[in-house]
Amino acid sequence: MIKGVSVVDAYIRVNDLSFFRGDRVIYENVSLTIPKGKITAVMGPSGTGKTTLLRLIAAQLTPTAGTIFVNGQNVHALSRTELYKVRKKMGMLFQSGALFTDMSVAENVAFPMEEHTKLSAKEIASIVSDKLHSVGLRGAAKMMPAELSGGMARRVALARAIALDPELVMYDEPFTGQDPISKGVLVKLIRQLNDSANITSVLVSHDVKESLSIADHVCILAGGRVIAEGSAKDILASEDPEVRQFLNGEPDGPVPFHYPESVDDSDVDLQGGPQSVASKSNKGGAIQ
Amino acid sequence: MKVIISLGAWLFDWLEAVGRAGIFLVQSVCRFPVRFSESVNLLVKQLYSVGVLSLVIILVSGAFIGMVLSLQGYSILAKFGSEEAVGQLLALSLLRELSPVVTALLFAGRAGSSLTAEIGLMKATEQLSSYEMMGVDPLRRVIAPRFIAGVICLPLLSLIFSASGILGGQLVSVGWLGVYDGAFWSSMQQSVHFDTDIMNGVIKAVCFAVVVTWIAVYQGYECVPTSEGIGKATTRTVVLSSLAILALDFVLTAAMFGDF
Repeated sequence: MIKGVSVVDAYIRVNDLSFFRGDRVIYENVSLTIPKGKITAVMGPSGTGKTTLLRLIAAQLTPTAGTIFVNGQNVHALSRTELYKVRKKMGMLFQSGALFTDMSVAENVAFPMEEHTKLSAKEIASIVSDKLHSVGLRGAAKMMPAELSGGMARRVALARAIALDPELVMYDEPFTGQDPISKGVLVKLIRQLNDSANITSVLVSHDVKESLSIADHVCILAGGRVIAEGSAKDILASEDPEVRQFLNGEPDGPVPFHYPESVDDSDVDLQGGPQSVASKSNKGGAIQ
Repeated sequence: MKVIISLGAWLFDWLEAVGRAGIFLVQSVCRFPVRFSESVNLLVKQLYSVGVLSLVIILVSGAFIGMVLSLQGYSILAKFGSEEAVGQLLALSLLRELSPVVTALLFAGRAGSSLTAEIGLMKATEQLSSYEMMGVDPLRRVIAPRFIAGVICLPLLSLIFSASGILGGQLVSVGWLGVYDGAFWSSMQQSVHFDTDIMNGVIKAVCFAVVVTWIAVYQGYECVPTSEGIGKATTRTVVLSSLAILALDFVLTAAMFGDF
């Protein structure tokens, strides 16, 4: 395992985090650090709980054990009012965009400002125009979310996420389901926003190429723990078989191809009747 | 023994769910009026979609129920030579019983299901999470205006249902069956009392409104955010609301008119 880089100025500190969903372990004693003003990519196979990590950082979920400090504050020990105050400094780009479908693009971007600032309608309109310009969609201000393509919706959501000039922006799978051009645009935008506004960015993704191309710091999660942490260069040079399997997209390796079977459901019986000998003998074997 | 244990477990689960739903309701309503202009805007929008858009179904159903009541009432009353009492029969059955109950059942099907589906879909598309992430309480922004709009609309729709039913009944009994117009209205005027008949009907409608809208918004907010989950929640809204309306109607009727 690559040692985590020493980060003096950490924006987020996750200490001994454990999180269970029912009996299923999502995280067990995970500790990681997200440096201030940098882009941190949290990567890992689907189902490792990357989005869960973002929700834990935003205190939408409560950990089973452990603490998460965001800018020095333990987010899970805050009252609801204090938490909402902290969240005003966070922006989140949801996987689906999560635009409000009953509002136009401009109204979506204006919404956080109308809620949390005392700016006049004219000032808000001018900021909305700037934010939409920064994601290249000023021309789409009057469109409704249903009229936008997936890539455009994500860019509008990005404009909305940065409307209040947050200190932290979290991106949940920003590249999933995007065409190569949209991916390129998003990569450029994330880098640009991070550098121009000195934002701390956390990027959750399993798109290796795009994530490594912009990340300053990388964390790879698998099986409920951190398997690697370091700079993009460190990660690419890693000899760890788990890391190599993930980066090279090998179907089998330390992360098994087969989802672990429990004793109770080992006999797959779609018909509801007794299992045939032939199908039982094939249990756990390779695809034939 | 096992049966008693599972019955106990079911009872505890049920009580827990009711408690959770109660806290949810109190939190939604208490947090609502933050900024007056914003609250009014949100409320008016919901009054339109929950109330105004339900008008057609209420008016048409009311008219038909009034017409059917008149036909049925006339055929029985005519045997005793008291056809004029059809006005009284119509007004009392509508105001005391049929308007609040049928309006609430129609409201559960038309507006309640739509509220559940809308809120469930907002949950599935992460819009509710999005509000939370922006430091905006979804209970205040999404749930409260919908709940309050439902509570305001249903009693008004119930009164409109009564009016539409009486007019429909008048059309059939006076216009078609030939009941004397003056007798139709005067029998109604003599027998209907504002406090015992009209107000009791309104009180029933308010109770149904609280229960139906509460069930609808809670089911939407707590649903499993998948297409199957939203479908099930919508069905639950209609089934639970209908059962709650009919059971509550019995309790309220016994309390209001059971004093023989």
